[in-house]
Amino acid sequence: MKYIDEFQDPELARRLLDDIHATVTRPWALMEVCGGQTHTIIRHGIDQLLPDQVELIHGPGCPVCVTPLEVIDKALEIASRPGVIFCSFGDMLRVPGTDRDLFRVRSEGGDVRVVYSPLDALRIAQQNPQQQVVFFGIGFETTAPPNAMTVYQASKLGIRNFSLLVSHVRVPPAIEAIMQSPSCRVQGFLAAGHVCSVMGVGEYPELAERFKVPIVVTGFEPLDILEGVRRTVRQLERGEHRVENAYQRAVRPEGNPAAQAMLEDVFEVTDRAWRGIGTIARSGWKLSERYREFDAEQRFSVSGIRTLEPAACRAGEVLQGLLKPHECEAFGTTCTPRNPLGATMVSSEGACAAYYLYRRLDLNPAPARLEASPLV
Amino acid sequence: MSPAARDLLQAPDFSSWTCPAPLRDQPRVVMGHGGGGAMSAELVQHVFAPAFGGAVLAQLGDAAAVTLGGVRLAFSTDTFVVRPLFFPGGCIGDLAVNGTVNDLAMSGARAAYLSCGFILEEGVELSVLGRIAEALGAAARAAGVEVATGDTKVVEAGHGDGVFINTAGIGLIPDGVDLRPQRVVPGDVVIVSGEIGVHGVAIMSVREGLEFGVEIESDCAALGGLVEAMLAVTPDLHVLRDPTRGGLAASLNEIAAAAGVGVVVQERAVPVPPPVANACAILGLDPMYVANEGKLVAFVPREHAEAVLAAMRAHPLGAGAAVIGEAVPEHPGMVVARTGLGGTRVVDLPIGEQLPRIC
Repeated sequence: MKYIDEFQDPELARRLLDDIHATVTRPWALMEVCGGQTHTIIRHGIDQLLPDQVELIHGPGCPVCVTPLEVIDKALEIASRPGVIFCSFGDMLRVPGTDRDLFRVRSEGGDVRVVYSPLDALRIAQQNPQQQVVFFGIGFETTAPPNAMTVYQASKLGIRNFSLLVSHVRVPPAIEAIMQSPSCRVQGFLAAGHVCSVMGVGEYPELAERFKVPIVVTGFEPLDILEGVRRTVRQLERGEHRVENAYQRAVRPEGNPAAQAMLEDVFEVTDRAWRGIGTIARSGWKLSERYREFDAEQRFSVSGIRTLEPAACRAGEVLQGLLKPHECEAFGTTCTPRNPLGATMVSSEGACAAYYLYRRLDLNPAPARLEASPLV
Repeated sequence: MSPAARDLLQAPDFSSWTCPAPLRDQPRVVMGHGGGGAMSAELVQHVFAPAFGGAVLAQLGDAAAVTLGGVRLAFSTDTFVVRPLFFPGGCIGDLAVNGTVNDLAMSGARAAYLSCGFILEEGVELSVLGRIAEALGAAARAAGVEVATGDTKVVEAGHGDGVFINTAGIGLIPDGVDLRPQRVVPGDVVIVSGEIGVHGVAIMSVREGLEFGVEIESDCAALGGLVEAMLAVTPDLHVLRDPTRGGLAASLNEIAAAAGVGVVVQERAVPVPPPVANACAILGLDPMYVANEGKLVAFVPREHAEAVLAAMRAHPLGAGAAVIGEAVPEHPGMVVARTGLGGTRVVDLPIGEQLPRIC
């Protein structure tokens, strides 16, 4: 399949792996920022194929995982109200709030709908003028522009029954926060290609220089990841710390100016809480003054939210790369995707879910008969 | 950075980083209970099976194998709630026939008679119902099965989704045929009859208005003839499943669990058509979990595998048949995929329905 098959080619992967094995002389710890990268790594077993000296630390880049519980509880509260159509991307529906999730709200009579584009939510608003339509706007620089576009369109078209519950976050301040943590072990970053395709790479040279870390922009297919690892390791072995773009088929240095303009028009940078990590200065977006009327939190005056998080889960450490999912006592026992203690286990991009879904076998006796049978 | 963030990052207090309570015990039915995965299984296991009792139900197969008057019958029922009612490659009418025919076929039986129950929502156009009935009749004739009895109920507007159809069917199980997961042994070869994920993506493309470059048509088809062709090679097939809801992953997991064997799948051997792979890549779905309506997965004794594969490929509905893996003694109950790059991963039972991811 064009654009996918060629980035999963086993022969090319073998060559990249050989190069990485030949380059590495000592241990290095690299962080892949995005949950999509984490899933590619674990799903294809890339971490099993890398030299033992190359450790991949899983970063905080899962938008579902880092959305604060308080925001999820606000979503549940708004979605429960009569006269509200609550629209969300699918993977938020199963994320537990304090005492329920959006699926449960729907089973209790709430009008919760899965959409594939925020503009679908706007269309629903146009079709249901008597009802309030709310879109759950979460995610990184990737989902923020289309969500901003929705508000822009709503304003332009005079659609007053639409609003956005905003919890958008930005990657560079998170990288900065991780590097400033005294317990940080990260020596190089695989930056998220889709974020850079929007924002460009302009925010990274200063970070690479300040923290003396190589930052390599990578895509999401197995060969993208391997090429990112190869370039990062090569820099580390040479004592370099530059920004490299290994995802040139999607990322231009300047990013997508139109998307950036949309973000600048509709949003303004704000301090933002990250679930499991805490508040990071200037790490998020909120609606700018001009569009404040489309802010669901204001429109529904959601207050008095009391979150309750029992102390069983160590997702915060996982999100900061301080703990591998399987090193948590609850992993695979009291915490599974069916019975999640934390968002990192329930989210489709969460590191814990990736380990549980794809790597659980490693915790059991290794399979002895994985060789291809003559018929395969 | 705010002082609060700095405090958190510099003096980590892991006890404050906590997560919400589990939601395992849903007090109400949610969509995942009908997804064909772990939640569906729990519903059957904890609600229906204890209430109904019965040794036959405990088989928990797609169809029940029963003996009546000395004759071995396969007996099955299925309910169809697809939206939209018409989709590329079929409609709820032929789906309702093929679904039950295939459930019977998976026990080796050729369907003989079907019942057909309609639940109609007030307001449905009769022309729509007529088209569905025509399609249902045509599918029955094509499958060589007779609709022998039926029922109609109408619910008030807003209490249904247009048309719901339940079909039940019976068929004869040929002598010498005994298809059930307990017969699977390590060394069995796993074969699929063709490209997977087509029906689920076809439905999703029309339901959600998504376009993937080319129109994807459902693979909806009756598999009785294909199964007969396979049984003609040897009646000693071990188990057959049609991987509908929950996809190939759910079927393989159910068989692995019931048989007490491990299953190893060679990921690159699993046939996935490019438009399905593209759609899944865009939506963040795994084709192994996407529903099919005209495919089967077979566990075949190794010595018969080549001949069965050849017979399948000679049949129009098995032209794309492929060996995808084998049953192994290790990791019993678990399905493991060998990735294209040489790593391994677990292919889990889906929980509820697959959810498209955010980005």
